[in-house]
Order: sequence, then structure tokens, then C-alpha cells
Amino acid sequence: MSDLQKLHQAVIDGDWKTAAAVTEAAIAEGTAALTIVNGCLVPAMAEVGRRYECEEYFVPELLLAARAMKASMQIVRPLLTATGAQPVGRVVIGTVKGDLHDIGKNLVASLLEGGGFEVIDLGADVAPERFIEAAAARHADLVALSALLTVTMTSMKTTIDAFQTAGLREKVKIMVGGAPVTQQYADAIGADGYGESAGAAVALARKLVAA
Amino acid sequence: MSRLGEWLAGGPFITDGAWGTELQARGLAPGAAPDTWNVTHPERVEAVARAYVEAGSQIILTNTFRANAVAMEGDLEAINRAGVAISKRAAAGEALVFASIGPTGKMLIAGEIGEEQAQAAFSAQAAALTAAGADALLVETMSDIAEARLAVAAAKSTGLPVIVSFAFDSGKNKDRTMMGATPEAVAAAMVEAGADAVGANCGVGVEHTAPVCRRLHAACDLPVWIKPNAGLPIIENTLEGPTVRYDMSAEVFASHFTALREAGASFVGGCCGSTPDFIRALVRARANARCA
Repeated sequence: MSDLQKLHQAVIDGDWKTAAAVTEAAIAEGTAALTIVNGCLVPAMAEVGRRYECEEYFVPELLLAARAMKASMQIVRPLLTATGAQPVGRVVIGTVKGDLHDIGKNLVASLLEGGGFEVIDLGADVAPERFIEAAAARHADLVALSALLTVTMTSMKTTIDAFQTAGLREKVKIMVGGAPVTQQYADAIGADGYGESAGAAVALARKLVAA
Repeated sequence: MSRLGEWLAGGPFITDGAWGTELQARGLAPGAAPDTWNVTHPERVEAVARAYVEAGSQIILTNTFRANAVAMEGDLEAINRAGVAISKRAAAGEALVFASIGPTGKMLIAGEIGEEQAQAAFSAQAAALTAAGADALLVETMSDIAEARLAVAAAKSTGLPVIVSFAFDSGKNKDRTMMGATPEAVAAAMVEAGADAVGANCGVGVEHTAPVCRRLHAACDLPVWIKPNAGLPIIENTLEGPTVRYDMSAEVFASHFTALREAGASFVGGCCGSTPDFIRALVRARANARCA
């Protein structure tokens, strides 16, 4: 188990080489893939999210930690799939139409992946119909919408309305976030949840899929 | 004395306020790139620029914040040149024109773009802005020191004075950039990069700006450029859907002028949420400060 402690630390330190090496070694010793994810990667990324939340970590530290987590996940994922383990939930994520900013969205996507979700990232400037297509095709539990600008966050409403029109609104939970977005705005446009920060988004996603 | 030093000998400069919201008030669609209006609706962009000159701005910017090849597509050479030409027409010799260069919107540290790509985008923009006759170049709303270094290097190669300004909006005291950089780290790196002035813009509202200004001023000998937001945006539900307003009056905003001056600001203006009225209020505040 000391190895998993090392992996935990490697993710927190953003050291992807050590993270990959320790993961390989742990698997060779017979550690179960699910143990690595749930016993190590998820708590490590939760700690990273906490530090980001407390503003001890900033974007660079978060990105490096996410890279280390992904280096480990890359090794573990094929084994997980082979055992038929299910993710915590499936999330379709993207920055809404008209908005090309993807920094915040990428952070949330990384933290969600680190939180055990399967993340389908549609990128930036995503039209409502692409969110709908992806959510339907991939049987998503959650749709996460990002916007950086006050002028583009209205596309969040358009997207939620499009889910309604397509008759899919009840099939998915929709969460929103981004610099100009507030709880009040989320309520006004009929979103199921609002995350004030990237860290809060993971807790919210868990709550929404459990609901 | 440097060109910037000569200009500043006349006392603190009042710069301009927000452009995006002013363009929206003149019909720019939400989500549309304001920069393209330099080519498609030059008269409306000029109306915004002129409103700031008439309000008393001694320096106006250009509507070119996003016009680098990483952040947007289109005929960027034409958009940048037109942006400077519009501001120069509006200034009509009454104000200086500092051309705006914004961030790429991509992260070097995440490998989303390479240094060469960012450098090439900034160089092309800086060259177009300079050829069109800008008085100085303003690299603004930066959060990453590494990216700002590339932009400053590109801007400096034109020979124009270069101001570089960061958005301090993170950390417990809102005194870090999104990438975690402190005012001291920014000042040291930008002195090293050869910037002629350093500053803070956008961020989380004018009430948080004086401490950042003071720290930038204490950390280096460069003039300090300050352009804060008018508080934070407030979302309101209207019949047309949610709209955004900034809940700070021009007078309240301008009441921070003295604190910013005492904190060492040489240039004072407004960012998101500010209007020509805010500039008028700043001009009055400066006059009052001189008479006090």
C-alpha cells in the first residue's frame, strides 16, 4: 500500500512520470484497477480540488495534477473496462455556442474525470444540437455547460431550451458554471445546478447523479 | 526621458472605459466578436471612441483586444489597422492612442499552443497596430507571466512604448492572477521583459485594486497602469431574458481615484462596466484632488 501513497503524492505534486511508473508497478503487483482509482486517484484529485478551492493551488498546479492523474488513468482505464466497472456517471461537457473560452471547462473536465466520471468533452463553441446528440448517443447522466462571457452565457438558456424542445430535458441533469454565471442565473434558466468553482462542480455532479 | 516619461510629466493620465458594453448598446450582438466591427461598422466603433475623448480620456485604446491569430479568425491585419485608424480619427490629436493586445485565450502550460505560435500571433498583431500609427502598445488582461513575456517581446520589437497589464482576480485577497502570479512576481518579470509600464486591469472591482497597485508600485520603478472593473456584474431577469449590469455608480467608482493615486497609479481608467460617465467622474476627481 505504500506504493499507492506514492501515487497519491505524485498526483498532488503533479509528477506524471512518477504517477505512471507507480501505477505500472502497482498493477504488476496485482493491485486492482478499481482500487487504484477509488482508493488513490479520486481522493488525490479531491485533495487537489480542495487546495484549489482554498486558493493554495492555482491553475498551473491543478493542470499538472490533472496530467499526472491522466497518466495513471491511461494505464488503468483498459483494465477497468475489461472488468466492466461502471463510472460514477457520464458527463457531456462543453463551452456553449459563441464562446471560445475553454480554460475553465477544461479544468472542470479534468476534475470530473479525477472524480471518477466518464467525461465526453465537446470542446468550445458547441451548438445546442451537438450537446443533445452527444447526450443521447452516449446515454449521458449529466450535461455541463460553461461560458466565460456575460454576452455568451445566454447560450446556456438556448441550450437548456433545446433539450426541452427535443423532449430530453427529463433524461439528463444540466449543470452550469463560468465566471459570470451565478446561482440566480442558473435558477432563472432552469438549470439543475450551479458550481461556483471547478472544485464545487465535482461535488455538484456527484449530488446530481445521486438524485 | 522616455516617450512615456515625457507624457507622464503632465501628471496622472485619465484613460478610457469599457468598449464591449458600449458597442452592445450600439447593436453589437451578444457573442459576436467586437473586433470585426472595425471593418463592418467602423462608424459605430468610432462613436464609442469619440464618446471617451469627449468625456476627457487623454488616452484611448483600440477595439483590437481579441485580434490575434490564436484568439480569432478573419482578416486580422485589416481589423487591427482599422482599429487604430478609428481611434486616431476619434482622438483627432486630443488623445493618445494605445493599441490593445489581449491574451490568446490558450494555455502554454497545458500545451494548448506552443510558444512559437503565440509569439507569431502577437508579432503579427503588434506589427499591424504599429504600421497603422498607434502611439503605444498595451498588452492587457494577462494572467500568465510566460505568455505576457512573449507578447511584450513582440510589442517591444516595434520600437513603441509598451505597457503590460494583468488581471488580478484570484487568491484569498484577490491579489493573484488566475495562474497564481503575485504583483511582485509580475513586476519583476515585466521589468526584466523590458516593459515601460506595468499594471492591473479588469479583476474583481475597483475596491480591490489599490492594494495591488501599491504592491506593483513598490516592487518596481515603472509607472503603474490601473483600469479596474466597476464592481462585479449583477444578473437580472428581464422580459428579454437575463441581462447584466454593474452595480456601481460613476461617482462611487471615481471616489477611489485618490486612493489609487496614493497607491502610485500613473494611469487611471475603467474596465468592464465603466462608461464615458465614469471617465467624466474621474476627470472631476482629479481636478478636486489637485485643488485639495
